[in-house]
Amino acid sequence: MPVPLRELAHCRAGDKGNLATLSVFPHDDADFAVLVREVTARRVREHLAAWVGGEVVRHELPNLCALQFVCERGADAGVTTSLELDTHGKTLGTLLLSLPVDP
Amino acid sequence: MTTRIGSGAGFAGDRVEPAEDLLARGGLDDLVLECLAERTIALGQQRRLADPVAGYDRRLPSRFARLLPLAVEHGVRVVTNMGAANPLEGGRVTRGLLDSLGSTAAVAVVTGDDVLAELDLDAPAWETGRPLREHGEIVSANAYLGADAILPALDAGARVVLTGRVADPSLFLAPLAHRLGWDLADPSAAAAGTLVGHLLECAGQLTGGYFADPGRKDVPGLARLGFPFADVESDGSATFGKLPGTGGMLNRATVREQLLYEITDPGAYRTPDVSLDLFGVGLDERGPDRVRVTGARGRARPDELKVSVGYRAGSKVEAEISYAGPGAHARAALAGEIVAQRLSGTALRPRVEVRGGPEDCRLRVAATSHDVALLELAGDEVEALYTNGPAGGGGVRVHLGEVVGIVSTLIPRARVRAGVTILEAGRARTAS
Repeated sequence: MPVPLRELAHCRAGDKGNLATLSVFPHDDADFAVLVREVTARRVREHLAAWVGGEVVRHELPNLCALQFVCERGADAGVTTSLELDTHGKTLGTLLLSLPVDP
Repeated sequence: MTTRIGSGAGFAGDRVEPAEDLLARGGLDDLVLECLAERTIALGQQRRLADPVAGYDRRLPSRFARLLPLAVEHGVRVVTNMGAANPLEGGRVTRGLLDSLGSTAAVAVVTGDDVLAELDLDAPAWETGRPLREHGEIVSANAYLGADAILPALDAGARVVLTGRVADPSLFLAPLAHRLGWDLADPSAAAAGTLVGHLLECAGQLTGGYFADPGRKDVPGLARLGFPFADVESDGSATFGKLPGTGGMLNRATVREQLLYEITDPGAYRTPDVSLDLFGVGLDERGPDRVRVTGARGRARPDELKVSVGYRAGSKVEAEISYAGPGAHARAALAGEIVAQRLSGTALRPRVEVRGGPEDCRLRVAATSHDVALLELAGDEVEALYTNGPAGGGGVRVHLGEVVGIVSTLIPRARVRAGVTILEAGRARTAS
């Protein structure tokens, strides 16, 4: 039975130019393997398609039980020039937490 | 040997009380205030163009009026990028504040980040791949200086250091290297200090700010959020903490989130000082609000420096109106269609969206253009919905402002000449 990612993980969003970073961590380290299996770059891109126009790259950091997603938001997604309400993309981190995952 | 370094601000608008608390009872050797976002320096350059004595952080006088008396009393050295687009003038204001306190502590100003005159406008921007000159009128170009630009100021005995654009972690690495006798050319030392700086640079984001999610991630006493410090040892290992009695929390979860914050390449986080590899970093909870961080690895610093380039990107209008009750979303959507139709004969390509829940939502219209009259028209059309749109529209807000766009490029180190000016009580001299 799928559950929202928020049940298993927490996430922080950051921004660097037109890139958004999404750092995903399990509440319980034992669930890291579930995150590695369920939270793929492709699923993140699909889930956030309305906000993330470009490529999504995933880095695995087993030393921290962390997944780091680097998302291209599009060439005109700078903090000052974007027409989004949240120009930084800070809300993307919590938007990702509604992703259904199979524990 | 161990030194304690604190974080007193993580952005230009940060709270002042946590820094006062750290100065008063933190037992700090150094306090760093990071207040300079990419766009902030470009806006500062514009203020400086209009007024030659402006361009430093506009909150510098009020922030320092509260912090410097405590820094002087407790013997804490202060390093900050509040010099922004005019570090020398920011230094003079700081000198004046210290003079009025009767302090002879030396102020140092780090210059040389302004590389507008050196910039190759045919160089491509990272973000777009297009030559810089094609983006519009360039108003600022600031290279990210490293810890090596700050160190001469500390060697000269400065007690307050004002910089413009410096890589955020370098603001921390420089005082750490100075206290602990590190060689900046040693990538392991540079990596260790850079990791400390990276974790501290956003202040409250390490201690429970930007973290709370009620029911899943509760943070105690967030209204009294305390800022972090690190006890850094000569071997580069560091234990992070916050003061007893402050709100927030510092544990493996908060440190882990901040560790990867804004990191686009965890194996090679490049600063002017080092290429930092996070794949060996370990976190160890040592007690309540105490986390020890080890394992930073570094490779040699990049040959070129990143430059943040500001250009005039026209202006932006954002206009909103509220609808509520049954059918609110449909009325907001209709209002959006009406505005889009009324603007369809113009060159404007607005973003039109409905935000909020089904029975309480806002129509939002946003557009950028170099034609301010056209943007004013868009704002007027949203306001006109009061009497020329669907039922029950209220709470119109229109904001129109100039936009400075930011792109990045690289510059060879040889084209960047950093310098330090010491402002002693009553006189100025150049240290390097």
